[in-house]
Amino acid sequence: MISSLCVVIGSLVIIIFLVVYNGLPTLSIEMFTQTSTGGYYLGRGGGILNAILGSLLLAIPATIFAYILGLGIALYLQREFSHPGFASLIRLILDILWGIPSIVYGIFCLMIMIIVGIGASLLAGILALTLLELPIITRYMDESIKMVHPELKEGSYSLGSTKIETAFKVVRKQAFPGILAGMLLGLGRGIGDAASILFTAGFSDNIPGSIFDSTAALPTMIFHLFSSPIPVVRQKAYAAAFILFIIVLFISILSRLFSKRYMKYVIK
Amino acid sequence: MNETSELQLETKNLNVCYHNHCILKDINIQIPRKQLIAIIGPSGCGKTTLLKSFNRLLEIRDEVRISGSILVDGINIYNSGLNIPDIRKKMGLLSQKPYPLPMSIYDNVAYGLRIHNRSSSEKIKKIVKHCLTEAGLWNEVKDRLHDPASRLSVGQQQRLCLARAIAVEPEVLLCDEPTSALDPLAAQQIEKLLLKLKKEFTVVLVTHTLRQAKRLADYVIFLYFGKVIEQGPAHKFFSNPQHPETQAYISGDIS
Repeated sequence: MISSLCVVIGSLVIIIFLVVYNGLPTLSIEMFTQTSTGGYYLGRGGGILNAILGSLLLAIPATIFAYILGLGIALYLQREFSHPGFASLIRLILDILWGIPSIVYGIFCLMIMIIVGIGASLLAGILALTLLELPIITRYMDESIKMVHPELKEGSYSLGSTKIETAFKVVRKQAFPGILAGMLLGLGRGIGDAASILFTAGFSDNIPGSIFDSTAALPTMIFHLFSSPIPVVRQKAYAAAFILFIIVLFISILSRLFSKRYMKYVIK
Repeated sequence: MNETSELQLETKNLNVCYHNHCILKDINIQIPRKQLIAIIGPSGCGKTTLLKSFNRLLEIRDEVRISGSILVDGINIYNSGLNIPDIRKKMGLLSQKPYPLPMSIYDNVAYGLRIHNRSSSEKIKKIVKHCLTEAGLWNEVKDRLHDPASRLSVGQQQRLCLARAIAVEPEVLLCDEPTSALDPLAAQQIEKLLLKLKKEFTVVLVTHTLRQAKRLADYVIFLYFGKVIEQGPAHKFFSNPQHPETQAYISGDIS
């Protein structure tokens, strides 16, 4: 047991060390302020602003869409709305969807894009990430909604509120910690995933001007930089990974601070 | 005054069954208006089930079969076509352990008013103050109305639940052993409030402590294994019980 623990902690320490050790020296203000020009991939000047913004523009809307869709599903799985047998079937489906590799979501969205007739774009990338995040966020919300005590709901019902009012005004607030945890997990998966956006969001050296423009993102940027034969460029991949790491950490801390405002209302 | 206006609630041949197991069998009771009615009996005899059948809370959670009728103001609440939230609005509920809503103290009371479109915020403010005062909580919370309800003590939470219940102007208050999770002092406060509130509302109190029923009740219903053994005015019920089971229960031979 102790040795397994050592493996886990050890890998974490090594990963962080590798990223920081290799990434930090290459990190510069330029990386945050400039987009990558052609020469960037040959080791010259420029930055990865396009990938940083691209990642945020992809993952944040996708998480919001997945939240909206997922909340509806998770609330509907309550006993008041659906039969327990039906609910467990939906849960099974969501669990299967959770396990599907992200490249498959990418290819699925690519097929839809071909049918609809749009190219690699921010829009398609958001769609792919929404699908990727949906099962994670939904199952997390569902588990935390299941934990809401029935008597809390009865209290709301006995004031004459409808099922919908109870679901959205009471249950959602009570299940808030789980909902937030699910969203963070979904966001973390979405912002770090390369395979699902490889075909759908494409790649670009520019900041996307509209949702129909293709865009770079940090994971795809890391992929491209690391494929380079030039050592200096590969170093920059570590810097990009470091930035991705910092962004996820920053969002996580921010949401925890923000959540304190709402967490205190939860009835124990 | 004719008979129907004195009766708040009446059940006729009420049966409640989960799968093949019947919890309540042939319940026929009459509950008079604006009195405190105690439903007593040993644990597991169906008191809570009976209480929750009065505001149709039973069907939310489980597969349950309900037959017979429950008349509130002469209307069978199990008639199809009735709006269930409207039925529940008539019946305030106090549960065993208080569960305030996950919001501020103020919003807990205002919630019911807002969902029923009781318009202006000025008016809501007034009603919130009135209800918190009625529940004996105003002086303790007036300076922290926007604190989360979760920060109150259990006794205060129970009084908050009482305040939020009376805010929507119910006719009946259904109380499911509302003092069992409280310390003696907090329990005493709730008892006092119930005695005060029975002037405005019909209070139906489920309790498994006989002494509480003796202290508070005007009218007593004795349930035993899902059946009504005896019911009647409290003084008669306690001084001159008719049935052997009732006598045994009152004297403490069965519990």
